[in-house]
This record gives sequence, structure tokens and C-alpha cells, in this order.
Amino acid sequence: MKLVFERSIQGTGSTLLPPNDVEAYDLQEPYQRKLALHFPELTEGELSRHYSELESNAFGVNRGFYPLGSCTMKYSPKLNEECAALPGFADIHPLQPAHTVQGCMEAMALAEKLLCEITGMDNLTFQPAAGAHGEFTGLQLIKKYHDSRGDSKRVELIVPDTAHGTNPASASMGAFKTVAIPSKADGLVDLDALKAVVGENTAGLMLTNPSTLGLFEKDIVEIAKTVHEAGGLLYYDGANLNPVMGVVRPGDTGFDIVHLNLHKTFSTPHGGGGPGAGPVGCKAYLSEFLPLPRIVEEQGSLRFCSDSENSIGRVKAFYGHFLVIIKALAYILTLGKEGIPYAAQNAVLNANYMMKSLEDLYTVAYPGRCMHEFVLSAESLKKRTGVSAMDVAKALMDHGMHPPTVYFPLNVHEALMVEPTETESKPTIDAAVKVYREIYDLAFTNPALLHEAPVKAAIRRPDEVRAARTLVLRHSFSS
Amino acid sequence: MGTYVPNSVVEQKEMLEALGLQAMEDLFDVIPDEVRVKGELRIPSGKSELEVRRQMEEMAERNTVFRTVFRGAGAYRHYIPALVKAVASKETFVTAYTPYQPEISQGVLQSIFEYQTMICELTGMDASNASVYDGAVACAEAVAMCIDKKRETVYLSAAVHPDYLDVVKTYCYAANRELVIVPEKDGRTDVDFLRSHLNSQSACFLLQQPNFFGLLEDTDELSNAVKAAGAKFILCVNPVYAAIGKTPRECGADIAVGEGQPLGLNLGFGGPYLGFMASIQEMARKLPGRIVGQTLDADGNRCFVLTLQAREQHIRREKASSSICSNQALCAMTAASYMSTMGPSGFQEVAKQCLSKAHYAAKQITSVPGFSLRFSGEFFHEFVTACPSSAETILKKLEEKGILGGYLLDGKYKGCILWCCTELNTKSEIDLLTALLKGEA
Repeated sequence: MKLVFERSIQGTGSTLLPPNDVEAYDLQEPYQRKLALHFPELTEGELSRHYSELESNAFGVNRGFYPLGSCTMKYSPKLNEECAALPGFADIHPLQPAHTVQGCMEAMALAEKLLCEITGMDNLTFQPAAGAHGEFTGLQLIKKYHDSRGDSKRVELIVPDTAHGTNPASASMGAFKTVAIPSKADGLVDLDALKAVVGENTAGLMLTNPSTLGLFEKDIVEIAKTVHEAGGLLYYDGANLNPVMGVVRPGDTGFDIVHLNLHKTFSTPHGGGGPGAGPVGCKAYLSEFLPLPRIVEEQGSLRFCSDSENSIGRVKAFYGHFLVIIKALAYILTLGKEGIPYAAQNAVLNANYMMKSLEDLYTVAYPGRCMHEFVLSAESLKKRTGVSAMDVAKALMDHGMHPPTVYFPLNVHEALMVEPTETESKPTIDAAVKVYREIYDLAFTNPALLHEAPVKAAIRRPDEVRAARTLVLRHSFSS
Repeated sequence: MGTYVPNSVVEQKEMLEALGLQAMEDLFDVIPDEVRVKGELRIPSGKSELEVRRQMEEMAERNTVFRTVFRGAGAYRHYIPALVKAVASKETFVTAYTPYQPEISQGVLQSIFEYQTMICELTGMDASNASVYDGAVACAEAVAMCIDKKRETVYLSAAVHPDYLDVVKTYCYAANRELVIVPEKDGRTDVDFLRSHLNSQSACFLLQQPNFFGLLEDTDELSNAVKAAGAKFILCVNPVYAAIGKTPRECGADIAVGEGQPLGLNLGFGGPYLGFMASIQEMARKLPGRIVGQTLDADGNRCFVLTLQAREQHIRREKASSSICSNQALCAMTAASYMSTMGPSGFQEVAKQCLSKAHYAAKQITSVPGFSLRFSGEFFHEFVTACPSSAETILKKLEEKGILGGYLLDGKYKGCILWCCTELNTKSEIDLLTALLKGEA
């Protein structure tokens, strides 16, 4: 594919603006730009084709099965997009007077209320822009809580080895020390290991439940008790809330703080990597620490309030990814109290059904009941045939489906982490299972073919080492 | 209830049977009973598409969409070409995720590579990342790039956007990092203060151009002071200004950041927006988040991949420089398509019209008795005026005529108004505004 710059024809373009209708003003010389500006020059038609070509070389949930583990690639309803495009939301300046944005604040207040009920929290901030940003925010609540009690020695955050990499990285951004604990043979948190590390330095525990292995931490009440008794708080990484929404609420299992990924659980799309949203909810006793401003109601009208001496401060300009919140709200209103657990049930059903259909061939890393996802290990396949998890993933592309997450979680060798989601049908899953099985068979009969895969994609396998060594991060203009 | 579950009850039953289960509830037998939701969630019943659409419309209608806007202060209303909206709503771009699998993600990867190139062109820098959450977070992440064991103190101009200032404060508090706010004098950063405070422990100085008051700072003097102390210079720049104004590179910046919302993104009540980050070559490997690089595939053809992943959280875990993993891919694509649609001359025309209209408006507004420019010197498309009577009453009066007036300042400049003009403000709008301020319309 040509780069947009390579399609550029000097002197072409679109007529977008009327001529300037006031006296022209020129910047004073010392402030003027002297560098040339190489932007492409194309007519609208040429540009339209360029982006259509880029689109045809991309893969979205609209194109096919996308069981990327821990990413919850469910269908994103069109209604949500339409709602977010309403001029009454899309064209509102963030600094308009409060009485002209009552609808925006009402939408945020309603979304906060619904998400609090779903998670079992009391208050929630929409400022965090993504899951990792939510983690950073939530951990600041923990820091501020301990600081407010003069308990400044609590600098250790306990993180299981199956956690997303963002957990320890967010901990470091907050000057916490990560204490990793190994999981047991069954993949669950090792209570004894936990008990051995909690103490007067424990700030809290970050836990993803269900975990990245797709397993529900059935000892969660005991885990919570252990951490709380040691004076720590419990942080819920909401990346995997989808299979348990409406079934069990993090707040009822002892969590004090929750972040949600609205782009995962609540269907706002992933947008090729963002924008998502990572709101953070907390129990009432932590609400004073939430970022400002907060929406408050006064004599029947809503306004932003910035009075709280104990707030951790701001984590983002304005109020968060407002238009993403609108999409999530439309989704929750559509599903309602019946549809939310129904979606969870079907997510779990699809995952277990697909796991069951593959377990006689691939090694299921942790057999038993899974929740939203399951993890296969291609370790034994690799030993016997030389075909790796990566080879399997690349081969799947030739069958019109997106590969699962590979090489994560780190404690499973040659991991393939599969999350079908509830918006896939049985025929789609059956067809995918057939392909997974064919690839498995092919590993024994013609492994060379799999090492070469994909053959039908836009490119062959790229040289990633070269990319990192000889950094080319931008197009160069020869002139 | 509305649902997007495609399986019928019959299929669900077949699948349960394959698992040896009787009912859906059996799927959750690993969850202790004592913590399960008893009965139903206390949220409304699900609704049809039309009902939800109506409910959302009703909320949207309770907001006022202003026909005429003279307010910026960090969020700017610009013209968004039709093509940009079409690109941003392409279904595959909307529903893809992070391009982990390059073979089937070249479209997304290439769009980011093109975006990175345009951000480098705009700022004059060598390397750009794939974007971060917004301008404020870009500032905080840029600061983190400059910290090392010997240099840990952060300097920040008091004339940057107050939200950005607050966000940098939060990040510094989190990391137990010392932050010094460099005061402003007459609307511009106090260079003498900066010069006398910088030392061998200083990590960086962050400046905004134009600053929150719309004023252009003396970047040469400030940059020289920072360089003399051996610290890094971070310049947060309005991308539209950079089309015609001295680029961060020309200003001596090591890192350029900014809010990309003016590049074709909706006001959207504050988000989602786009934080851009670019640096000189020497700091490229310190950029946080996703970065797309060019390479070759097994057949020797040019292609693109996510690169420098060894910096990132999924590999480095607690040793990663930031936990950020997503970028604002769709917003970055929107911005790139905006810059492409505008082209170099069209984009510079936008900047020139913003500049000219703001200066015309300043002249007109200050011709009204009682209104005067609060600060002297060069500005871009925003300026602050002192006002004759209660500024709130003035803004209220404009509001009744469908005009969102300037932003009412608080604190040190309480009662002053920060006005903004873009290419969307016509001469007749500005003349009407002037007449209203005079009490003539």
C-alpha cells in the first residue's frame, strides 16, 4: 500500500474554507515558523480511496470472529454510535455554564448510578481514560487513604503472577513496590502465599476476578478478609467483569475499589486501540479521595463541585471520555437488569462450550469451569511437531478469523488465550473449532505450512527485530 | 430487554447439554452462593432501541448547542470536513483493537505511521508515539521521560492550562516527585524566577505555547535558561498554532506535546480527545505507549509493526516507564485524516484565519468602552480582556442571543474574560458580538 504522502500530488486538495473576511494579521517575525510543512496534498476522492484501502487491510469485530483473550471483543451496537453523535452531546463545549449542560451531567450521573449498582460500589469517577489509567487512579486512592491516616509505610502492592502487566506498571507510577505472589497448581491465588506476604507494609492487593486464566477466585471472601485484616485495601481490575456482571458484584466480595473497561464489558468499541474509558468506582469511605470535579445535585439541578481537600486531584483534563460514557449508557439501558446477566451467562456458555470442543486435542492449561475465557497451551504440540502458539495464531488468520491472545498469561507456556464473548453464535464457534482442529492435525502432517502462515494476508510475517533495531518511526521527505 | 446474544434458547440448551449441565446457573457453580447477586440488579428493565434512542435524545436536548462560540480555554471548535467524519466512522477502524497481529492490521498500523509522520512534521521533532489519552496526560508522561536518578525536580509554568497543571501535580504526587510552579508575571512565565531556581537537580521545564491566556511566550529566553541548567525543555503546543508559529523544534524543545482535539475532533463535552507526544531522536526510546515502526516482511516488502515493545508494561511489568497501553487510535486516525484533508496550505489557512479573526475581534471588543486587553504583546487566537461591569452579566446577555461568550477567569484574574476566535467565527458574528457588548443590539 502506498503511504498517503506517496499519493500526494502537489497543488491538489479540497476547497474547504471561505476566504478570510477580516483584515489579515501576520505573526511577528520572531514567532513565525520557518520549517517546511510536509502534509499530503490530495483531492477528497483520492483520500477517500486511500482510507478505504487502509480499512480493507484491517480486521474488526465487523469482519469476523475476534476471540482476543482479556479484551472482550464483543459486538458494538450501532445505536450507541448514533447516540454519541447527537449534536446535543457531540457539539457541547466542556466549559459551558452548568444550566446549559444539564443533559450531559444527567447522563454522567445516571451512568455512575447504574455502574455503581452493577459493581456494588458507592461512587465512581469517569476521568480515567482507559483501564491502565483507572489502575493509576485507583492506586492513588489507596495511597491517599493510607496517607490520610498517617500510615505512610504502606508501600507494598500485592499482585498475582497472572495479572496484566499494567498492574505492576501502574504500581510503579504510584511509587509502590510490587510484591508478586505465585498462583497455585490450580491457577488460583495461593492463600498461604498471600498470608505470608501481607503485613504492616501492605497497601493493598490488585486482583483480576475472574483472572486472566479465566478462573473465578472462589476463595475471594477469604482473600479479602486476609488483606483487610492486615490493613490493606482490595483493588478490582475490571478487565474481566463481563462474565460475572449481574451475577456477582465485586463490592459484595470485599473489593474497595474497581476500575471498569467500558470498551470491553460495556461494548463501546475499541477503535483500533482506543479511545476506551476506565472509570473507577469505590466504597463510600473512599469517595472523598476521588478526582475532582464531582457532579453534585442542588435544588434539582446538577453542577460540578471542586471542593474536597482530600481529593487525589485530577488525572485528566475536563471530565473523561464523555462520548464513550454515552455509548456505555445506551448499552446498559438497552440490556437492563435482565440483559446484563443474560449476556454474562452466554459469555460463559460460549467459552466453556468452545473449550470443551478443543480439550481432547489442545492442552487446557487449567481444566474445569472457566468463565469468559480459557487458556490453551501449545507446549506439548510444539514439542511434538515444532508448531508453536504463534504458528497456530498466524494460521488462523488465513481462515478469516482473528487469533486469540498469545504468550499471555506468562505462567502458561505457549499460551493461547481465547475469549469468544456472548455475541458469537454457536455456528460461528463450531466453525472456529473446526479450523482449530484442522490446524492441530496439520501440525503433524505438514508443519512447514504452518511456519509459513499466513499466506493469504496483506503481508507475510514481519521482521520485528529489524523494526526495533533500525528505528523508522516516520516517513522521510527527500527534498 | 434488549440483547445482542445471537444464540437461540434451543442452541443454548444444546451447548449446556454438551457440557453436561442442566441450566445456565450451573455455569456459575464455582462462585460461592453467599456473594452471588440475589434476585435482580436494581437497575431498570432493558428497553427497545427506539426507547433508548428517545431517552438519550431527551437528555441531549437538555443541553444547549450554541450557534456561535467565542470560548476555547483548552477545547476549540473548528470546522470538521465531511471526509474526516466518514473516515472516523469506518466500521473496521471502529471495531478493531490494538494491532497486535500485523499481518491483518496493516491498515491500522499504517494509519498510525502516517499520523506519527504528520505529528513530527507539525512539531519539527524526530519521533512521535501513537498518541496518549489527552494533552494533560501527554504533559505528565513527558515529565516522566525526563526524570533520572540525578535530576528529579520538575518545573512547570503557572501559565499552562489549569487542568494540565493539576494533572501533572497528581502524577508528581503519585511518584513522590518535587514540583516547582514557575509563576507568571503579566500573563507570561517569569523567566528570571526560572533562571534563578534551575540547578543540577532540575529534570525539566514545561511551558505551553500559546499559554493558557493565549499569549505567546518568549521561548528563546526560556529555552536558553533550561539548556544552561542541563535540563530538558518540554513544549506543550496548540497544533493549529504550530502550522504557522515557530515549531517546538525551532524553539529548542526536547519533547513536544499537546492536545490534538483541534485536529478534527468534536468538542464532545471534553472527550475523547488526543494527546500527542514527539521528541528529538535521542529521547525516542523513552517515549511511552504504543509506537509504530517500519520494517520488512518475510518477502522483503515494506510493512509496519508495533515496535520498541520491550519498553512496555506487558514485557517490563513493574520496570516499565508507564502503565499506558492503549492509545487514542481512532482519534489519531481522525487527526491524520484531518491534516491530510486540509493539506499544508489549507491547514495554514485555518491558522491564519484564527489569528486574523482573533485580532479583529480584539480590536472590536476593546473599542467598546470599559473593555481593554488585560495583557500586552503577541497572541494567537485567544486573548484576555478586562470588563466594565460584572462579566457574568455580560456573558448571560450573550447567551440569550445564542452566543457562548469567552471563558470567565477565576483567581488572580477574576472578572476578566478569555476570548477565542477560530476560522468558524465570521466577521458578522464578531460585529454582532461587539454591538451586543455596546448594548446596541
